[in-house]
Amino acid sequence: MSRSQHYAASFLYEQPGPRGRRRIMIGSVISAVVLAGILGLGLWQFGSHGQLDVDKWTPFTEWAIWQYLFVGLGGTLAAAAIVAVLGAVFGIVLALGRLSKVRLIRWLSTGYIEVARTIPVLLLIYLMLFGLPQLGINFPTLWKLVIPLAIANAAVFAEIVRAGILSLPRGQSEAALSLGMRQGQAMRLVVLPQALRNVTPSLVSQLVSLLKDTSLGYIVAYTELLYRGQVLSAFNHLLIQTFLVVTLIYLVFNGSLSALASRLQRPGRRRTPVANQTLAAAVPSLAAALTTTEKSVTERSVNEQPVKKEPPRA
Amino acid sequence: MNILMENFGLLLEALGTTLLMAVVAGIGSLILGVLVTVARVSPIPILRAAAFGYVQFFINVPLLALLLLAVFALPDAGLILPLLPTAIIVLTFYEAAYVAEAVRSGVNTVGVGQIEAARALGLSLGQSLRLVVIPQSLRAVVQPLGNVMIALAMNTALAAVVGVVELTSRVNKVNLVYAQPIEIFTAAGLVYMAIALAIGLATGWVERNVAIVR
Repeated sequence: MSRSQHYAASFLYEQPGPRGRRRIMIGSVISAVVLAGILGLGLWQFGSHGQLDVDKWTPFTEWAIWQYLFVGLGGTLAAAAIVAVLGAVFGIVLALGRLSKVRLIRWLSTGYIEVARTIPVLLLIYLMLFGLPQLGINFPTLWKLVIPLAIANAAVFAEIVRAGILSLPRGQSEAALSLGMRQGQAMRLVVLPQALRNVTPSLVSQLVSLLKDTSLGYIVAYTELLYRGQVLSAFNHLLIQTFLVVTLIYLVFNGSLSALASRLQRPGRRRTPVANQTLAAAVPSLAAALTTTEKSVTERSVNEQPVKKEPPRA
Repeated sequence: MNILMENFGLLLEALGTTLLMAVVAGIGSLILGVLVTVARVSPIPILRAAAFGYVQFFINVPLLALLLLAVFALPDAGLILPLLPTAIIVLTFYEAAYVAEAVRSGVNTVGVGQIEAARALGLSLGQSLRLVVIPQSLRAVVQPLGNVMIALAMNTALAAVVGVVELTSRVNKVNLVYAQPIEIFTAAGLVYMAIALAIGLATGWVERNVAIVR
C-alpha cells in the first residue's frame, strides 16, 4: 500500500480520529451485512433448487474431468499464442506504417487500424464460418478462430506500439541519427526496444484480453476451454457446476496474468544508475559491491558489442 | 444492394436491438462503474475489497462464458429472465468493470491540492467525492470511457451466440438464405463502423466541452 500514497485516492481522508473510526466501523458492519446478505440470497436460491447438493459437485473431484478441461485450456493457449505472435508482428508493422513518412503507407495503415478496431470479431467469425464456405473458401477450424482474432488484435497491438514509440523522448531517435544510424537502424536498435519495454504492461493486458477472446472458439467448435465446458455440460447435465468451474479456471489463469501486468506497471522496476547511487549512499556497505557489479556489467556489454563495420556510403 | 433493400425492415429491427442493448448497457455500466470506483476509494476496507474483487472477476472472465452461464445455466437455479434483458444485464455488469478501471485512473489524475482544499473547506468525504473528485475524474477520462463504450457496442454482437436476434445474428441469417457473404457482411461491417464513429464523435464533442485545461 506504500505505493498508492502517490495517488490522489489516498489523500481523500487522513488518519481517522475516534469519530471517524467509529463511522468506518459502522460502515464496515453495514456493508459486510449487505454483502453477506446478497451472497446468502444467492446461495439460498442455488440451494433451494438443489444446485448445492453434494452429488452435483462430486464429479469435479475426479481428475479425469479436470484433465478433460485442461486439454481445452491447452487449445485456448495454443490459439492465443498464434494470435499473439501474428498480432504482434503485424501490429509492429502497422505501427511503423502509421508513423511512416510515405503518405500512402500511412493512410493504408491508419485505414486498416481504424476499420479493424470497429468491426465485431464475431461478424468476422460468422463470415469465416458461414460466409466464405459459400464461395468455396474453407479454412481449418483453428484458423477460422485465429484469423479473425489476429485481424482485430493486430490493430490493437499497433495502437499500443505506436503509443510506446510516440511516448519516447525525441532525443532518443535524434541521438541515434546523429550517431550516424539510418532511420531503420535507429528504429530497430534504439526506439523500438525502449518503446516495447515501456508498453509491456499494456501488451500483457492485451494478452489477457485475447486469451478471453479465444473463448469464441466455442462458436467455430474449436477445442478450447469454453467449448470443452459446453461439451462436458451436455454430457453430465451439470450446467451451472461446469460453467462455474470453467469460469474459475479462466479467472485463476487470467488473474495471474493480470497480476503480472500490474506488477510490471509498478514504477522503479528498472534498476537505474540514479537509483543505485541513492541506494549506495543510504547503505555504504553496498556501494563497493554495486560499483564492481556495474563495472563488470558495462565491461561485458562493451565486449559483447559486435564490432560493426562502417556501412558503405551510397 | 437488392438483398439489403428486400430485408430492410428486418435489418432495421435488428439494428434497433443492437442499439437498444448498447444504449441501455452503456448507461447502466457508466452508473455501476462509478459506484464501483467510489467503493474502491472508500475508507471502508470491506467495500474496497469487494470492488477490487468485482473488477478482477469481470476483467479476467470472457464475456461469452458469462453469457452462456446466465442464459443457459442459471435457469437451472430458478434465475430466469427473458433473453434480451439477461444479455443487457450481463453486458452491463461486464463493461462496468472496465468503466470502473477507467474512472479509477481518472481519480488518480485529480490533483492532491484539490482534495486537500476540499477537506480544508470542511467538505465531508461524501461531499468531496461528489462535488470535487468524481466530476474531475470523469472529465479526465472521457476518451478512455469512449473506448469502453465502443468496445461495448462491438460486444453486443456476442449476444447473437445465445440467441438474441441483433444485427450480427440477423445478417448471418439473411446471408444463409441469399449466399452473398461479401456484400452482406461488408454492409454490416459498415454499420458497426458507423456506430463506432458516432460514439467516437460524441466522445470528442463531450471532451471538447468538458475537458479541463490545466
